[in-house]
Amino acid sequence: MGLDVLANLLYQFADNMAFLLLAALGLMIILGVIDVINLAHGEFIMLGAYLTALSYNWGHLPLPACAVVSMVGVGLFGLVLERTLIRRFYQDKLGALVATWGVSLILSQGILIVFGPSMAAVPFPQWTLTVGASSFDGYRLMLFGVAVGAVAVLWWLLYHTRIGVQTRAAMQNAEMAACLGIRIRRIYLLTFAAGSALAGLTGALYAPTTTIVPLMGTGFVDVAFITVVVGGGANPIVGALTSAAVLSVISAPLASISGTFIGRIGLLVAALVVIRFLPQGFSGYVRDLQRRRMGAAAAP
Amino acid sequence: MDASQETPRTPDPPGAVTGTAENDYRGSPRVTRRELITATAATGVALGLGGKVLGVPNVVRGAQAAAIKFGLLEDRSGNFAIYGLNKWHGTQLAIKEINDGWTLRGGPDGPGGPGVVAKVATKPPTMHPVLNRGASTVSRGGAPSEDKVVWDEADDYLVKSGDTGVLGRKIELIAPDPQSDLRQFQSLARRLILQDKVDVIMGGFASAEREALRPIMDQNKMLYWYNNQYEGGVADKYTFCTGALPEQQILPVMEYMIATYGPRMYILAADYNFGQLSAAWTRAMAPILHGQVIGQEFIPLSVTQFSSSIARIQQAKPDWLVMYITGQNHANYYPQANAAGIKIPMGSSINIAQGFEHLRFKPPALARFHVTASYMEEIPTARNRKFVSRWRKMFPNEPYLAMEGHSAYVATHLYAKAVRLAGTTDKDAVIEALESGIGVEAPAGWVFMDPATHHLSNYIRLAHCDEKHNITFLTEWPHIEPWWTRRLGVNLVKHPEFKQYTPDEDPFFKKGTKR
Repeated sequence: MGLDVLANLLYQFADNMAFLLLAALGLMIILGVIDVINLAHGEFIMLGAYLTALSYNWGHLPLPACAVVSMVGVGLFGLVLERTLIRRFYQDKLGALVATWGVSLILSQGILIVFGPSMAAVPFPQWTLTVGASSFDGYRLMLFGVAVGAVAVLWWLLYHTRIGVQTRAAMQNAEMAACLGIRIRRIYLLTFAAGSALAGLTGALYAPTTTIVPLMGTGFVDVAFITVVVGGGANPIVGALTSAAVLSVISAPLASISGTFIGRIGLLVAALVVIRFLPQGFSGYVRDLQRRRMGAAAAP
Repeated sequence: MDASQETPRTPDPPGAVTGTAENDYRGSPRVTRRELITATAATGVALGLGGKVLGVPNVVRGAQAAAIKFGLLEDRSGNFAIYGLNKWHGTQLAIKEINDGWTLRGGPDGPGGPGVVAKVATKPPTMHPVLNRGASTVSRGGAPSEDKVVWDEADDYLVKSGDTGVLGRKIELIAPDPQSDLRQFQSLARRLILQDKVDVIMGGFASAEREALRPIMDQNKMLYWYNNQYEGGVADKYTFCTGALPEQQILPVMEYMIATYGPRMYILAADYNFGQLSAAWTRAMAPILHGQVIGQEFIPLSVTQFSSSIARIQQAKPDWLVMYITGQNHANYYPQANAAGIKIPMGSSINIAQGFEHLRFKPPALARFHVTASYMEEIPTARNRKFVSRWRKMFPNEPYLAMEGHSAYVATHLYAKAVRLAGTTDKDAVIEALESGIGVEAPAGWVFMDPATHHLSNYIRLAHCDEKHNITFLTEWPHIEPWWTRRLGVNLVKHPEFKQYTPDEDPFFKKGTKR
């Protein structure tokens, strides 16, 4: 009985954390590197889901290929959007907010006009696992694996490649990095494209689990924003992981015991508490700790 | 951007390298006046052209003098789009038939058509005693058949109205799209009433949408029809409801499921007035029907992922599930529960019949699903086959003929009949005509508009969905009256009211309800 309950809780935690990570990762790196809030993130996820549905139903591609198509497609769209629109708002955070909100409206209503209110579904792979008396959905465990894998790939890119070093330099002090010859515009362009591609991947992965409608992005964007704010933009990797973990640890057991509604409330209250005490989020707090440690080490 | 046009907003630190466009990550300079004018002009042209090229007006108009203006507020986008589209099509089909001079058979007469005398077998057919197959002899010994009266299942329900349109006037449909947004519902309703000056308004899918509209209709004394199943209780002089009610859907399905699968039920309901009140009905009626509600969960309408709800259901281990989940977000429960391996039978008053989940999701996501529906496309009667073929001739790409499209269809025909009876579109006269006791032969069966409660008695069938998503009808209740508000003393003919009763106001519920 105990093993059953434990397995159930772990499964809920993994599912929740995967959802938060996948929804928030793209937004996190865009905020962390470029310091721009992309309100169209939910619509990028919706675009990824639509691309998956189209390539599955019309192109008859297998699901993994559809996910790649979504990533590439939404990444290219992000590239174009960055080149035409976002780069005018690097210094103007509020302007970026309004502009990306406009983009989100255009995307959702545009998809509604072109494709109608709903899209043919993508089938849900039936990977049922049974542990004792409970049965679990293997697809969601795979999503957890993909989420952690995405974070790992991001970490490797940021810490073990030249472009990663350049990106971190741009995050730390963009002007200094520019003086040293780093092409900041290109970094920002690639980051925005990468963030969009991650959003496309999320849409592709969650497309089988939901009905694909033009407004489906709204279900992802609210938790994404909460996760990003709690995580903080200072360090996308640390921020995403700690924020998703903490929020899931609090909301998953609550949802398990008292229902989805209470789980949601728990998530929001947890976010409130964290922001009250750590206004810069977890990664901001970690960065301040590091700085204090460096300052203490440097002091005589 | 040219470096020469730059006016950087932050002052450069001394010695900084500026001016190289390639490295200017700080963004382009603020927009120049020329750029602004060009952009505005381009946008204006695009929008103007776009309006003509894409041509998406959200108001369908036919220019007719002295036409009867028929307002319709059904969602064609948003969370409730698939239901609204179906109801819009049902209304359009009915209006076309009315304008062409047809109407549903009926009037203040009783149920069914004329009976005929025919030869009927005295005993059911028996299996061949030796070959043990095939129904061979009708009876062994005794008279093989006798003369009895059987009901004439008329295979057509439309008759000529002797009129073109209604009282010689065509019906003009004005149907903007409220996009499943309550604020849009209210502002569009005011526009229809005050600007378009319509003669009747039909619309609303979710109970929240109806309750947002009803005060506006009452304030403006506008005849309003709500053509959707719901949690019951509306007692409003200006409102007529053609959808099914809890006493017509919830009680029969509970009766059947408790007798067939067992008394332990777990309720999964959408967290708004419909879900809460239907769950209250279920909890209150459970003791009478020898059932037991072992748990319940109310899910907010925006939730799309159901892992925690599925886990709690698995822990509770009910005999069957009561499903009151609504909208396209909640429909995702079925494939997710199926992937998680849940095989518990389900009973509902809404899914499948309204949202055709059995066609939208791959088998066996909706296996073991039971719903008491006032109409489904799969009903096997001859008159329904005629109805389906007429609908599909007008809308060949309709994904499914849902329960509420039928309600909208019947309501439109009923309205036309009432206007003809009243001789005018004056709303009070039409309301009086509707209260005169009209029954019509709907495609589902005979239905009757109850004068006292302004609700329709419905022909209810229990549908079962199997592993391959085939629908069979296990039981039917040909005539369930809307008796609940009558028990509360509602008689809108004698005492006009403008409210919705909730189970809390019924002393009977207070006795049985345990939270």
